[in-house]
Amino acid sequence: MRAALLVLAALAAAPFLGFGEGYVLTLLARAMILAMAAVSLWLLVGGAGLISLGHAAMLGIGAYAVVVLDDARITEAAVVVPVAMMAAGLFALATGAVAIRTSGVHFIMITLAFGQMAFFTTASLAAYGGDDGYTLYGRTTVLGHRWLEDRLVFHYLCLGLLALSLLGGRVLLDSRFGRVLRAAAENPVRVQAVGFSPYPYRLLAYGIAGAVAGLAGVLLANAAEFVAPSYLAWQRSGDLLFMVILGGLGSLQGAVLGALAFVLLEEWLGHLTQHWRLIFGPLLVLSVLFLRGGLVGLLRRG
Amino acid sequence: MSLGLLLVQALNGLQFGVLLFLVAAGLTLVFGVMDFINLAHGVQYMLGAYLGASLAAMTGSFWLALLLALPAALALGLLLEWLVFRHLYDRDHLSQVLATFGVILFLNQAVRAIWGSAPLQMPVPALLEGGIALMPGLQYPIYRLAILAAGLLTAALLWLLVERTRVGALVRAGASNAAMVAALGVDIRRLFMLVFGFGAMLAGFAGVMAAPVLSVDPGMGDSVLILAFVVIVIGGIGSVRGAFLAALLVGLIETLGRSLLPDLLRLVMAASPARQAGAAIGSMLVYIAMALILAVRPRGLFPVRG
Repeated sequence: MRAALLVLAALAAAPFLGFGEGYVLTLLARAMILAMAAVSLWLLVGGAGLISLGHAAMLGIGAYAVVVLDDARITEAAVVVPVAMMAAGLFALATGAVAIRTSGVHFIMITLAFGQMAFFTTASLAAYGGDDGYTLYGRTTVLGHRWLEDRLVFHYLCLGLLALSLLGGRVLLDSRFGRVLRAAAENPVRVQAVGFSPYPYRLLAYGIAGAVAGLAGVLLANAAEFVAPSYLAWQRSGDLLFMVILGGLGSLQGAVLGALAFVLLEEWLGHLTQHWRLIFGPLLVLSVLFLRGGLVGLLRRG
Repeated sequence: MSLGLLLVQALNGLQFGVLLFLVAAGLTLVFGVMDFINLAHGVQYMLGAYLGASLAAMTGSFWLALLLALPAALALGLLLEWLVFRHLYDRDHLSQVLATFGVILFLNQAVRAIWGSAPLQMPVPALLEGGIALMPGLQYPIYRLAILAAGLLTAALLWLLVERTRVGALVRAGASNAAMVAALGVDIRRLFMLVFGFGAMLAGFAGVMAAPVLSVDPGMGDSVLILAFVVIVIGGIGSVRGAFLAALLVGLIETLGRSLLPDLLRLVMAASPARQAGAAIGSMLVYIAMALILAVRPRGLFPVRG
């Protein structure tokens, strides 16, 4: 966890090292929020061996929970956060119940299909802007206080929740529950032979990862004060999966490194050219072909 | 909702279904033989449409464009296979998903850079212009019927090819046990290149056929790709027969659901909420059907491997 601790420390110090302007803080907040979503996806891919290509839907459902409540003029975090996490978690449990019955490529395609289902559903919600998205009336409040509107407070809130999700993920993976999960990813037959059924473990993990991504979705909605169906597009799921692999499946901290590298790379290429995906796409292919073990693997070797 | 309108929507659904089948056939064969999951397959469909549209604009003839677009789609497919995909066969599905995702990002952007973001138009060929009276007072475009006929004909030819020829036997054998086929002295890589190129061409064909009726835009491959995935998951991965039936089913559900549900719901609720709820549920219907089928048969309707 050393690399992750260094990164978290750097993020904590960033506002005092000349990175305190609005634009940079907005970028860093986005990176930390996506890192949180990547951590939750890592639990599935790296921990449980479940390759989900529909994780952006969980993020988006969290964000849309904020929208629905905002439209009803409810912005209190004590309501918004549990509702968003429950909504994303329940969606994960409902779709996971079908998806986890399958495995391998079936699982990838089914999570993709359910993600797309959520995407089209949000796009058809005319009351919340449909395709065009929805601009929030205001950020989420905490006990009636509008603390989240302060850039620094929001920065440290994102940082704190990212650290918390990393810690929680670590504890989860080391627990008895996590051991069964990891063992079932390695060798499901043996796990069944010693008397565990992997299904409920995987389903619960899927639900937990969904809820954490839903929390990240609340932050994402607050960061932009705007939510659109494009948050749930399957390309965003592909991005999240790329963050996880870019960081490396060797350790949970890879998700954080991968997400930061992804956001910074995207930002830098975007400044270079309007057609930055012409560079980004091949980079992705090359990193899959040659960067085995991801950034974490690179650090260990280096 | 009149009977005539229902008939039109059903025909539209079937026509969308055969287009889906042309895309899904390549996808399911490629996966069946090589255990290779190719997200970039939808891009082949998009490239087919773009090649068709710009070749038609250049040559002024739909038929010449179709004739030239097919080998071009084949060549592009084989180029991609040579450049990227063949380095992924031995890798896990996760690597395949990501690398082919990278290919999509590149090609979608390349299409935007070359042709711009605005949708292209492709004229309907003069021979197939106009409509035909299905019922008194109900016209249906001939071109759409031609798509349906061409799709069904291709499906029949494909069935003959897979079920009745030597190459087809190898493909089926490869889908059920690739290692055994290789051990019997068949060059499985070459067989795969063949299947892959053929699949790319089928998707390209679907793209050219769809270009005059659908809008040709940079995102068109992605939406078809995901529905094609739903098709092969429902049909059973590797099964052409399953893909055919599932494609028609998905095409019908998608088209009829979106058009009929708002009207059906109007029977039980007010017009405005019925329109909204109908649109929302209509777009979910295909996925709900998939979930239901998988809940009963996790490996699809016609699973290939035991």
